Amino acid sequence: MRSDFRARNHPAYWAFIMHRISGVGLAAFLPVHFWALGQALQGEAALDAFLRWSEQPLVKLSEIVLVLLLSAHMAGGARLLALEFLAWRDWEKSLLAAAAGVSIAAALGFALNLFF
Amino acid sequence: MSTLHVRIWRGGEEGSFQAFDVPRLESQTVLDVVTYIQRSLDPTLSYRFACRVGMCGSCAMTVNGRARWTCRTHVAKVATGGLLELAPLANLPVIKDLVADMTPFFDKWARARGRFQGTRTRKDDFARVSPDTEQRRLADAGIECIGCGVCYSSCDVVAWNPDYLGPAALNRAWTLLNDVRDADGRARLAAVAGDAGCHACHTHMNCTERCPKGLAPTASIAGLKRATALAALRGELAVTE
Amino acid sequence: MTSDGELSVRAQVLLWTAQRASAAVLAACVLVHLLTMIYAVQGGLTAAEILSRTRGSVGWAAFYALFVAAVAIHAPIGLRTVLSETFQWRGRALEATVLMIGIVLAVLGFRAVYAVFI
Repeated sequence: MRSDFRARNHPAYWAFIMHRISGVGLAAFLPVHFWALGQALQGEAALDAFLRWSEQPLVKLSEIVLVLLLSAHMAGGARLLALEFLAWRDWEKSLLAAAAGVSIAAALGFALNLFF
Repeated sequence: MSTLHVRIWRGGEEGSFQAFDVPRLESQTVLDVVTYIQRSLDPTLSYRFACRVGMCGSCAMTVNGRARWTCRTHVAKVATGGLLELAPLANLPVIKDLVADMTPFFDKWARARGRFQGTRTRKDDFARVSPDTEQRRLADAGIECIGCGVCYSSCDVVAWNPDYLGPAALNRAWTLLNDVRDADGRARLAAVAGDAGCHACHTHMNCTERCPKGLAPTASIAGLKRATALAALRGELAVTE
Repeated sequence: MTSDGELSVRAQVLLWTAQRASAAVLAACVLVHLLTMIYAVQGGLTAAEILSRTRGSVGWAAFYALFVAAVAIHAPIGLRTVLSETFQWRGRALEATVLMIGIVLAVLGFRAVYAVFI
């Protein structure tokens, strides 16, 4: 018998969901990212052509999502490293809040600088 | 007197929920409800319990979607809408109704070498372990496990990877690893390492969230991860029999 | 590796250790990367701006090379777990696939580092 969402509805589990989605998402995005930077092998103009393409609103929006995925994976990963390698007891929830805060702040910082 | 609406799993792996109405009493536990149904409404209902006071670890079930010890779970705490849904523990084979087959759970305790192996005989003096030592403190933190299976049934990694030893067996291995009288440490490290052992844990903390004794198996498993990784780096992670 | 293509327990533990070690490196790299990005996107991105920072800069090249190396270790090991848990996939074919992912990431990544350095 399998349990359903009611067994999983707690903050540490949401953190796991976020970590897995961001991890798989980033792994899928990386080859594209590397290919785009590789355009510089054809010269500055080729890279610029790609950067112009990336200025469409939808691409910009996905950039913000990617930054959120990256910061969330980093902050969440730092939390996991702390849980696995440091002695712990009662501070794991504050750690989670800190990780969420850091990732949202980074994404907001990026979004604000992108538009203003 | 108000009425509590109860849905209880009937059958084995295949089955369905059956509805019962049970008189609501003050300070009623979930186990009281099940016992009432079996004694007054349907004597064919199967369930398991022994001590009724949170010591034996035999009455755990899935209560409104979450694994809990039923003898110390008050109806008032879980049946907020006057509804109670009871099912056998998840991640284990179902024998009948609310009775799960605990065999895989305890087999994994054995696989994790969860048995104390001392070196002294009855002719030796007592081993003196000071309560202040770090190892005694670490063992103490996980020692109160009653083997109820709530953590095992709440663990996603168990569901995804049937070979995974699970939180209870790993927590047990960690307490023994910190028992200075135990002589099986090296073999135990090898038994709990790798993809079917502590390194499969994702720190979901379902086990820590649900443990009725308030233990943190996640912390024990983290301890095993570090100890086994260190042993692997040193080339000491040999499987010995 | 055992006869049925499963990695030895020691190898499994070393993979876990490598993933955690690379994670620690990545945490630092990503922090630098995030700050650079937030700074660099001000006023829009241009190739000239990016390349003026990276071309001929041994420091940035070394940083990005370390970044790529760490991610080429970290990501495949993570995907190995995801694939195995999601599709109950184990054994030789999984290890080979994961190794390929690592190689592809490393090749593409180092190519990108080289592209913005020269």
